[in-house]
Amino acid sequence: MFAFILRRSIQSVVVLFVMSLLVFCMINLVGDPVDMLVNPESLPDEIERVRRDFGLDQPVYIQYWQFLKGALSGDLGKSYVFGRPALALMAERFPATLELAFCALIIAVIIGLPLGIYAGLRPDGFATRIIMGMSVLGISIPTFWLGLMMIILFSVILGWLPVSGRGEIGVFLGVESSIFTMDGLKHLIMPATNLALFKIAMVMRLARAGTSEVMAQDFIRFARAKGLPRKRIIKSHLLPNILIPIVTVIGIEFGTLIAFATVTESIFSWPGLGKLVIDAIINLDRPVVVAYLLFVVALFLALNLIVDIIYAALDPRVRLQGDDT
Amino acid sequence: MMISNFKRRVLITGLVFGILSPAAHLSADTLKVGLAAEPTSVDPHYHNLTINNSMATQVFDALVLQDVNQKLIPGLAVSWTPVGETTWEFKLRPGVTFHNGAAFTAEDVVATMDRAADVPNSPSSFGTFIKGKTFEIVDDLTLRVSTEKPNPFVPNDLSRVAIIDSAFAEATTEDFNTGKAAFGTGPFKFVSWLPGDALTLAQNDGYWGQAVDWESVVIKPIKDGTTRTAALISGDVDFIERVAPSDLPNLEKRDGVSVYKSVSNRLLYMTLHMTDDPVKPYVTDRNDNPIPSPFQDIRVRQAVSMAINREAISDRVMDGLSAPAGQFSPEGYIGYSPNLSADEYNPERAKALMAEAGFKDGFKLTVHGPAGRYSNDARILEAIAQMLSRVGIDTTVETMPASVFFKRFSRGGPNKTPEFTVAMSGYANGSGEPSHPLRIFIHTKQKDRGYGPGNRNGYSNAEVDKLIEDGRAMMDIAKGEAAFIKATEMSMREYALVPIHHELATWASSDAVTYEHGALDSTFIHNIRAK
Repeated sequence: MFAFILRRSIQSVVVLFVMSLLVFCMINLVGDPVDMLVNPESLPDEIERVRRDFGLDQPVYIQYWQFLKGALSGDLGKSYVFGRPALALMAERFPATLELAFCALIIAVIIGLPLGIYAGLRPDGFATRIIMGMSVLGISIPTFWLGLMMIILFSVILGWLPVSGRGEIGVFLGVESSIFTMDGLKHLIMPATNLALFKIAMVMRLARAGTSEVMAQDFIRFARAKGLPRKRIIKSHLLPNILIPIVTVIGIEFGTLIAFATVTESIFSWPGLGKLVIDAIINLDRPVVVAYLLFVVALFLALNLIVDIIYAALDPRVRLQGDDT
Repeated sequence: MMISNFKRRVLITGLVFGILSPAAHLSADTLKVGLAAEPTSVDPHYHNLTINNSMATQVFDALVLQDVNQKLIPGLAVSWTPVGETTWEFKLRPGVTFHNGAAFTAEDVVATMDRAADVPNSPSSFGTFIKGKTFEIVDDLTLRVSTEKPNPFVPNDLSRVAIIDSAFAEATTEDFNTGKAAFGTGPFKFVSWLPGDALTLAQNDGYWGQAVDWESVVIKPIKDGTTRTAALISGDVDFIERVAPSDLPNLEKRDGVSVYKSVSNRLLYMTLHMTDDPVKPYVTDRNDNPIPSPFQDIRVRQAVSMAINREAISDRVMDGLSAPAGQFSPEGYIGYSPNLSADEYNPERAKALMAEAGFKDGFKLTVHGPAGRYSNDARILEAIAQMLSRVGIDTTVETMPASVFFKRFSRGGPNKTPEFTVAMSGYANGSGEPSHPLRIFIHTKQKDRGYGPGNRNGYSNAEVDKLIEDGRAMMDIAKGEAAFIKATEMSMREYALVPIHHELATWASSDAVTYEHGALDSTFIHNIRAK
């Protein structure tokens, strides 16, 4: 187990290094941040001043070397636009995105899993057709359109929920989150559901496919022949078996929820990472874009590792590579 | 994909917003505002950016203020007069205190200028307005500003710099963001800023001018236009800026909502390359061989202008949110000439002019422009390309993200020269001084003297240059303005640029408030009043 984690960590560092090189070089090919930063009414020497101050007058390899030196000491550079460390900016926005992604994931599992299992157990039922029909909708409707529809229905027509932004923030066990206040939850529920919709449909389809596959297997038939109650069969024999692919997918999907909640965050003006990075891309705020992309790579590497470990815990047959015990 | 989604969105929002009845609201003391952008800092000297500057005017004052049409009005200075050829004297407003209780004196002005000229890490500094000026304290409430050469625009420049308490001359940008140093003399006090979430201000009850009507104001950044409209209708906010054009007709019809529109000073223009050095690959004859720029001939430039149907662009592309333009300034704004108007659409005359200039068979052209920088920019350029093609200029459009466009626009060609033959871009006068667009775009390029940094097409007219330079050396602003208007008329008649339109700025609010607006498209919260 330890050897496995160690080996994966070393691989991760190599991947991160290669990514940083790629990202840094690619982004230097696009435009010139100075044009986006300096007000056109400024005197001509202002452009030179900014270029010098931000080190943009140096060749790319020197800029990269400076970046790498900083990165090794945990400094991914300062945002051109905000003048603050890119990591600090991201850390400021991260809790908002994390709680959004987390809630979306919970919603996806709570709704998707039971419905999917139900659909798998009763493949020909009337309710199943409705459920599966909805899942097709969930996968195919564009997020931003649905977000707007939700705003119109729940905020404009019914007046139940606020249109945008993050609500009041509460503290529970030292953790600050808008989950802990009523106002916060009201602000959270719509964007979280919007973000979850695609994932609900996906969990549902995975659960259904898994259920119909597992239910046809010999050990289930045997359990039934033995006269085990239906609940027990589902809980002890079906669930652990279908959970393995679902956990894998959910693990990775959690990463995509955090990394790519951009559209939902824009529609609902959610003060998370997505909004930060979109603005950074538009304004060519290179340090923020680079820091963000490296963060996303690191996130996926970590999630993959965690998924592999949980995998092993769920399925005793799985042995991790390099696991000599 | 993008377009069909957009259309669907317009349709549905239109339907729903149209049917609904208005929600009356507005809690008595708190005003909630939804803006399209948010400042990058609360430090008023960190970043010379439109949104930062308009937010700074809420908490801070400058010596000279600008009204909604950028006319200069007294701020922390009650009067300013030239004394001698190169010196201005400012009489400061007595009895003004900062939000932290400190009294305002000439010393604060000097300390402010020291700090603002050189804020660390500034992505666009205020040094432009300060460098080259010497500040001399005469007494607590009198200040003299000297320049090397006569400079009639010292009051304009100083209207751009927010005055802070000298106690915070050493404060960092972070100190302002957290509120530790964010004490001004403005109509609002700074309360808190959560980036991406909300900026909160409170009434300054000791304000020297007209007090604002709100005990507190919460400013939320809501980037998506349709979400802003929804937030207004549902009562989440009381006031929004930049109404999505597709929502505008419905908002206008709706009870309980007021809509405000004004022709802004944001100009969309085309620039046509007028020298044959170098021959660029973007104009070719019918057989795709590059040719020297046909736009050296004024008749071809005029043909381009006459081929553009500005009314049609306003109606069909801009949803009525643009006003055809024939010069930099909209009517009623500094530097406006009543003798210039937008060219009439006249394709027949355009064709005749082309033939006269020896381009009876036309030529092929590639035009460039940014996508997503100005309202409907890419669609406007496509419309113009079709119009040009109709008079024989076979036009192809190439648009790109602003970040790529501006680099190529200003120095993408050989030896860092401007790359394009014909490009579309935008301009808005931020300083409120009439010589600004002339100095930037019209004057012959002379880098060391600060002339013509935006002159990318090689336009050069010695007489126009002289008018601009003379006007800029006259301490009598009225005389100077006459020179600038003359220079504007001459250069526009030679198509130094081809103006297309001024964008209309829009705002909307609940009926419980009113808004005073003008040629500036930024939003000034203190102009939002209770009815």
